[in-house]
Amino acid sequence: MTVTQEAPPGADDAFQADFDAKIAADRRIEPRDWMPEAYRRSLVRQVSQHAHSEIIGMQPEGDWIASAPSLRRKAILLAKVQDEAGHGLYLYAAAETLGVDRADLTARLIEGRQKYSSIFNYPSLTFADVGVIGWLVDGAAICNQVPLCRSSFGPYARAMVRICKEESFHQRQGYELLLRMMEGTEGQRAMVQDAVDRWWWPSLMMFGPPDADSPNTARSMAWRIKRDTNDDLRQKFVDMSVPQAEKLGVTLPDPELAWNAERGHYDFGEPDWVEFKQVVSGAGPKNAERIARRRAAHEKGAWVREAATAYAAKRAARAQNTTDTQEATA
Amino acid sequence: MSGDNIFTGLVEEHDGDARWAFGTGFTDALAGVDTTLPEGVDGADLALYCQMLGDDALVQAQRLVDWVTDAPELEEEVALANIALDLLGQARLLLARAGQADGTGRDEDAFAYRRAPREFRNVHLAEAPRGDFARAVVTLLVLSSHRLALFTRLADSADPVVAAIAAKGVNELAYHREYAVSWALRLGDGTPYSHERAAEAVADVWPLTGELFAAHPVESRLAARGAAVDPADVREEVHTVLTRVLTEATLPAPGPFPEGTVAGREGRHTAELAPLLEELQRVAREHPEATW
Repeated sequence: MTVTQEAPPGADDAFQADFDAKIAADRRIEPRDWMPEAYRRSLVRQVSQHAHSEIIGMQPEGDWIASAPSLRRKAILLAKVQDEAGHGLYLYAAAETLGVDRADLTARLIEGRQKYSSIFNYPSLTFADVGVIGWLVDGAAICNQVPLCRSSFGPYARAMVRICKEESFHQRQGYELLLRMMEGTEGQRAMVQDAVDRWWWPSLMMFGPPDADSPNTARSMAWRIKRDTNDDLRQKFVDMSVPQAEKLGVTLPDPELAWNAERGHYDFGEPDWVEFKQVVSGAGPKNAERIARRRAAHEKGAWVREAATAYAAKRAARAQNTTDTQEATA
Repeated sequence: MSGDNIFTGLVEEHDGDARWAFGTGFTDALAGVDTTLPEGVDGADLALYCQMLGDDALVQAQRLVDWVTDAPELEEEVALANIALDLLGQARLLLARAGQADGTGRDEDAFAYRRAPREFRNVHLAEAPRGDFARAVVTLLVLSSHRLALFTRLADSADPVVAAIAAKGVNELAYHREYAVSWALRLGDGTPYSHERAAEAVADVWPLTGELFAAHPVESRLAARGAAVDPADVREEVHTVLTRVLTEATLPAPGPFPEGTVAGREGRHTAELAPLLEELQRVAREHPEATW
């Protein structure tokens, strides 16, 4: 099914001109508006991969809910992971306005046919990872997502406004955990530094390949479904993170990291793009496990979903019978 | 970067904290409540009673957390996480009250992380294995119906702190029960297979219900002072609710509650509790000097 408006024969040019004018004027495209098929396909890919990332992203931190070392941290972490499920739900709903079905998107995820953010294919080894994921991974996600609040596609832009607010709250909580741990014992400080060492480079990779190797960037920027290049966002993230790391008292694991007064930015080293490609293509430390867990939940839950469908059908039939009987006796 | 200022979003104060989960530490749920021990109420008894109610919630929440990333639908993960958060919030307040009442000043974490299994006071149904989704639904149905009946009465407790916690918890528990009822109906009256699973879950859970209505001497003493509820007093109400729901769900009526004896309330537990607490307490115990 497609909700895109059907064009009468020969009218495509007029619709295209109208679409182009809206984009040029920075106005929003809404689900019932005409849109080029390639724009729709590109958005479905972007929004559904984002939704999958939220859902898979529940796992690395979710693993620590049961063992969180204080009840306050347990509540914060549980609320955060619950928010991520909520983000997944808004985003699947935004994708559905483009004429795709959530069940089909779920199938694409658990069959490995669609990707999600590769950051979640790294393991979370200690409780400090919860704080570092909040600080760096959510921080990088915010850098990526704040511009998307002005995406040309209305439902995605509106979902992003709410998601960004919640993400920034998560980032604050993550950073606050790290501040507390750095004021704690020697063992806690070592845990934080170890987690920073492991998550720094994967966080930089969250912005995607360098601009020169990012084939879709130019078109997505022209359509205003992407607003900044990968390299610009990566620089912004580094500039933002260095003073935060100093305040925290941790060392970022990059010997090339240095302030460049001429550019007005930090210089930094090159992430390992070979590793990046391996993780994206499915050979990361946790790819198979993340997907297997989601698939197992889906398969184990099939009988429950079938029961809900059967019950809804029975209720509808009973309501219909009641109406029929009332009409017959009226 | 296109005029977006990420810092602004991070450093400004957020006025929307009320929409965050209860108990994440930004508001004081007991602000303005008198914490003085009411006259005639024994502090040691009240502390044990708060642990009984608090441990039921804490242990049940710990079981529910297991469903997050493992439920049949994302909506169920959100709902079960929400229920676990509510219970965790109740547990934190009750355990903190226990530390006030017994005069030790222990905080919520001292109770949650530094007690041995034999010091926990929860009923066996809270620690019972998670099982499948039908088992989770039936367990939640029974525990939320029981707790709602208790909390409705405890809103008038002679202890103002318990009364405030209960008054706040009633709305939460009404939602927990409503959620469990909606799924009991779907599973019981869904497909033949789901009916079978649900019937089996009722058969597994029912033998554990007797304990819920057996009064520990602490409960009886505090009930006489108007600070607690004698669990026997809610037996009939809970039975009526459960029978109605199970009948509507086309499930076989399980008959009266079995006679139960006080066990978990005395600190006597099944083999299930120790590994549950081992997971809950692991990181905190590895770093005894740490602050989080």
